[in-house]
Amino acid sequence: MKTLADKLTRDEPLRPGHPLCPGCPGGLMLRWVSKSLGRDSICNVGATCLAIATMVYPHSLAVPCLYIAMAPSPAGMAGTSAALKVLQRKGRLPAGRKIHSFAVSGDGSAGDIGLAALSGAAERNDDGIYFVFDNEAYMNTGIQRSGCTPQYSWTTSTLQGKPERKKDLPRIVAAHDVPYVATVSLAYPEDFLAKVDKARDMEPGFKYVHVHSPCPTGWRFPENKTIEVARLAVETGLWILYEVDHGEMRITQRPARRRPVEDYLRLQGRFSGLSQENVRRLQESVDRKWAELGL
Amino acid sequence: MGSRKMLTGNYAAAHGARLARVEVAPVYPITPQTHIMEKMAEFIESGALDAEFVAVESEHSALAVAIAAQATGARTFTATSGQGLVYMHENLFVASGIRLPIVMVIVSRALGAPTSICPDLADALDQRDTGWIQLHVENAQEALDMVIQAYRIGEDKRVLLPVAVCFEGIIVSHYLEPVELPDQARVDRFLPPYRPEHVILHPDRPMAVGQVVMDDAYYTEYRFQQQEAMERAKEVIGQVDELFGRTFGRRYGGLLSAEMMDGAEVALLTLGSLAATARSVVERLRREEGRPIGLIKLRAVRPFPDEALRELLSGLKAVAVLERDVSIGAGGVVYTELCRSLAAGPGPAPRLINYIMGLGGRDVTLEEIRDIALAVLDQREAAAVSQPVRWPQVRGLK
Repeated sequence: MKTLADKLTRDEPLRPGHPLCPGCPGGLMLRWVSKSLGRDSICNVGATCLAIATMVYPHSLAVPCLYIAMAPSPAGMAGTSAALKVLQRKGRLPAGRKIHSFAVSGDGSAGDIGLAALSGAAERNDDGIYFVFDNEAYMNTGIQRSGCTPQYSWTTSTLQGKPERKKDLPRIVAAHDVPYVATVSLAYPEDFLAKVDKARDMEPGFKYVHVHSPCPTGWRFPENKTIEVARLAVETGLWILYEVDHGEMRITQRPARRRPVEDYLRLQGRFSGLSQENVRRLQESVDRKWAELGL
Repeated sequence: MGSRKMLTGNYAAAHGARLARVEVAPVYPITPQTHIMEKMAEFIESGALDAEFVAVESEHSALAVAIAAQATGARTFTATSGQGLVYMHENLFVASGIRLPIVMVIVSRALGAPTSICPDLADALDQRDTGWIQLHVENAQEALDMVIQAYRIGEDKRVLLPVAVCFEGIIVSHYLEPVELPDQARVDRFLPPYRPEHVILHPDRPMAVGQVVMDDAYYTEYRFQQQEAMERAKEVIGQVDELFGRTFGRRYGGLLSAEMMDGAEVALLTLGSLAATARSVVERLRREEGRPIGLIKLRAVRPFPDEALRELLSGLKAVAVLERDVSIGAGGVVYTELCRSLAAGPGPAPRLINYIMGLGGRDVTLEEIRDIALAVLDQREAAAVSQPVRWPQVRGLK
C-alpha cells in the first residue's frame, strides 16, 4: 500500500523553524500545499497567521511571497497571474514553464475585509488557487469574532458567545461558478492533497480551497489535540468535506455515522459556556443542513 | 517624427501608457478618469498594445493588482481620481515601500462632501506622504510626455519609486487639444523594457516581498533609503527631461519651470492648469506694462524642489502662491510646503501670500489673477503681510 509519505515529494519548500504557535496546523497546511505545488510557484499572502511563517525574516517558505495589505490578496494573486501571462507571451519568461500563482489568507481577510476582492477575482476567473486558512476568528490580533466564527463561540469580542451563524464562504465562492471549490480538513490528508493536486492540474481559472484549521490558542484546547479536533468536526458533520468541480458538487468524505456535535464542542474551551439548549440548537442546524444536502 | 492628433488629456495620457508599452493595466472607472480606462481597454482589446487589462472591482484592488504584477516583473499602469485615490490610499505606501516603479495618472477631482466631479488638487496632494514621486502637468501634451518620462524616472536604478502624473479633471482631462504623438521606435529607444533586479517574484530567486519586520528591525532604514531615493530623484527628473528634450524636442524644466524671471521682484507660483492662465497674465504685465513679475510653475510636489526654490526665490520681494487646494486649518499645501523650504535660509525670504482658488472647478479668470498680481506688486515693499492665506473667490458669506 502506498503511504502518504510515498506520495509526497521529498522536497521540503517549507523550511524548518516557523514561528507559529505550538499545535498550529498552519505549518502542516503550508507543507502539504507547497509540496503539491512545488517550488515553481508564487504566493500572495493575505492577512493570516500564516504570514508569520511566510513573511517574517527569516521566512520559512522557499517560494517567492508577497504581502500587500489585509484585504487584497485575491487581487495580488490576479496581478501575479496577469504578469506571468503577459511575460510568457512576450518570451520574457519561458513559455513552457508552468509557474503556479496561489494565495493564502485568513478567514477574516478573505471573508470580511477582502470579500469584495475575493468576489472580484472569482467573478473574473483570474488564474490561481486561493487557500483560506479558516481558524474561525481574527487570531493574529488575539481572537476576535469574524464572519466565519461559528455560532455560540466565545471570542474576546463575543464574551457570551457569538449570536450569529458562521458565514458560508465556500458556498459564496461557488455561487460565482468558478472551475473549482473544495473544503478540506487537516485530519484528512489524502482528501486534502487529492483536491490541491486537482486544482493544480486544472485549466487556468479561479480555484478555491477552504481549510478548516483548528487553533489551540484561540479555541482553547490542548496543543496535541489539533488533528483530533479537526477530525471530530468532520465526524460530527459540522464541517462537510466536498468539492464543486465545474458546478458539480460531490461529498468526498461521508462519516459512516455522524457523531453528536457535543463530542466536538466539549473538547474546546471556546464552547465551555454553552447551554444544553444551544447544543441542541447546533445539533438541529447540522441535521437540517445534512437533510438539505439529501444525505 | 510623430503624428499630430486632437486629444483630450485623458486620451493623451492613455496614449502615453500605450507608447510606454505597459504590460498590465488594472483600472476601475471613476469620473473624470474613466476615459483613460476605456482607452486602455480598447488599446488592449484591439491588439494595439500587448498587455493584460484587469477589470478590477475597486481602486483598492487596482493598485493591489498593479503592485503584484509589477513585483512579478511586468510594467504596470493605472489611473484614478478623487474618491478612488483615497480608497486605494493604504496601497500607495505599499507600492513605494516595496520600491515598485508603478506609474499612475491622477485625474484630480474634488473630494466629498459635498460631492463634485470637478477638480481640486487635494486628492493628489493628500498623497504627498506616501513615498510616490508626484508630478503635475498643465495640458494634454505634457500629460502624454510625462507618462513616458515617469517610467524612465521611476525605473532609474537610482530611484526605483512609483510615480504619479497629475492633472485636473474636466479642465485638462476632457478638453481637446492638438497633441503630438511620438513615434513608437523613438519611445522604445528612450524607454527600454522593465528589467527589475531589486525586487522580483521569481521561483529561481525566492524572496519575501513586503515582509514583516518585527520590533524595529530595519524599518528606519527602509524609510531612510526611500528618502534618499527621493533626493536622488531630483537630479534624475532633470536629466530625464533633458534627454526627453533631445529625443523629442520638448522640455518642461524638470522639477519646476521658471519663466520670465529676469529682473523679477515678484513672482506668481502655481501648478497644473492655473500655470497656463497665470502665464498669460505675467506675459502681458511684462510686455505691456514693464512690471517686474515672473512665473514659477511647480512641476514636482514630491520630491519638493527645496533647493531650486530657495535659490529662485531668495532675491524676490514677494511671491503669490495660487493653488487649487487647501489643507483645512493651515492654508494651501504648496504654500505650507514653501514656508518649510524657505525656513532653511540663507538670507531673507520673500513675503508669501497664498491664494486659494478654483476649488471644485470654480473658474479662475485672467482678471482675477491680474488683480492678484497687481496687489502683490503694490505690496512688495510692505513690512509684513496681513492675512497671508486669502480666499478671493468666496461669495455670499459675510
